[in-house]
Amino acid sequence: MEHIELFFKSIFIDNMVFATFLGMCSYLAVSKKVSTAVGLGAAVIFVLLVTVPLNWLLDQYILQPGALGRWLGEEYASYDLSFLSFIMFIATIATMVQLVEIVVEKFSPSLYNSLGIFLPLIAVNCAILGGSLFMQSREIPTLGLATTYGLGSGIGWFLAILAIAAIREKIRYSNVPPALRGLGITFIITGLMAIGFMSFGGMLTGGDEEPKQEEKKAAVIEEKVEEIEKENAKEIADNTIKAVE
Amino acid sequence: MGLLSKKDSKLILDPLADNNPITIQVLGICSALAITAQLKASIVMTISVIFVMGVGNVVMSLIRNIIPSKIRIIVQLTVVASLVIIVDQVLKAYSYQLSKELGAFIGLIITNCIIMGRFEAFALGNGVWRSFLDGIGNALGYGIILIIVGFFRELLGSGTLLGYKVLGDPIEKTGLYATGYENNGFMLLAPMALIVVGIIIWVQRSKNPALVEDH
Repeated sequence: MEHIELFFKSIFIDNMVFATFLGMCSYLAVSKKVSTAVGLGAAVIFVLLVTVPLNWLLDQYILQPGALGRWLGEEYASYDLSFLSFIMFIATIATMVQLVEIVVEKFSPSLYNSLGIFLPLIAVNCAILGGSLFMQSREIPTLGLATTYGLGSGIGWFLAILAIAAIREKIRYSNVPPALRGLGITFIITGLMAIGFMSFGGMLTGGDEEPKQEEKKAAVIEEKVEEIEKENAKEIADNTIKAVE
Repeated sequence: MGLLSKKDSKLILDPLADNNPITIQVLGICSALAITAQLKASIVMTISVIFVMGVGNVVMSLIRNIIPSKIRIIVQLTVVASLVIIVDQVLKAYSYQLSKELGAFIGLIITNCIIMGRFEAFALGNGVWRSFLDGIGNALGYGIILIIVGFFRELLGSGTLLGYKVLGDPIEKTGLYATGYENNGFMLLAPMALIVVGIIIWVQRSKNPALVEDH
């Protein structure tokens, strides 16, 4: 159940393009034709599907505070390597993209040619790194859920670029004010689509769970919120003490 | 401009308007939109990007003749990632609250296309000083759009600027609110950033018809 929930949440509610604006550069640059948009979208799904679980493993077993202690022995438990996460994540992503490039060139030269420069640029597509960073900051608990999250975000991005490419193919025949043509109108259409996607926000709050569980959940959440508030207060206090010193 | 020759100052001034990275080159939009709900976040983001782009362009220009072109993307990413880690750690040390707010978006400077785009288009083929100017110029051009969007979104969305209540207090009904004015909470939501940028592009292109695209 939680897999399905996370899957739909990452496609519609937390859509990469419409809710968090990730991957906008290639979204705008490659969306002139539906066929190239589909190719790029598929590549993004694949890369996200592979890199998010890989980076989840890296995060769990190397980067988190104390993660080394879990499998290397107690004396490593005091290390906190989380400041390295950017460089580790981007290295994984760059390697995976290189791999995808080789595979695509081998099995589908026509797709390779039509994607051209944009395939290596997937490495710098914010959606890919964003997927890993959000996976880290939202603290997704298991490897399975991380895979689901990667797949869902990829499909969300795919849907977004497919939709805008279809619209842009048709809008060529419309009478757009000259100054808005091209980039301007694309921005505004994307904005309107994002407003449309906001209506998915209420999709998963429906009440098919029993009220008892919800009460329990609410209690747990309240406890957590209190804990977080306490921690925040501590941190702020610490910071002010530091600042004063 | 005694310090800079005419050609050099063009490198800085061009990206501010006619060759703006966001509205003309379509680079760096990803992180530009998500953090502009508040002016303060936009300013911090601008400063971070100026730092990363200035230093990054210099480094890439210095090592441009040494790195093989096949692995240059990985080298570029490593350089940017190291610089971004510095920014992230400094922010965490001196402004913890803000770094929590910006969250993943500081990390996303790494994949900000404007940085890779300028590396590829400029720093790999030009000297150190010119690359530095190009980096600063483009980062400023990026920052201007960020600050304009942040200004309007914070002013119209929550009636404040940098946290100061410039339009009066909405609860006690002072200032402009006494006349029945209401904040437009919609400006704080994600889609409005896109529409505001769209309007900026519209205004810029109507003023300079040479920039108009044919679809």
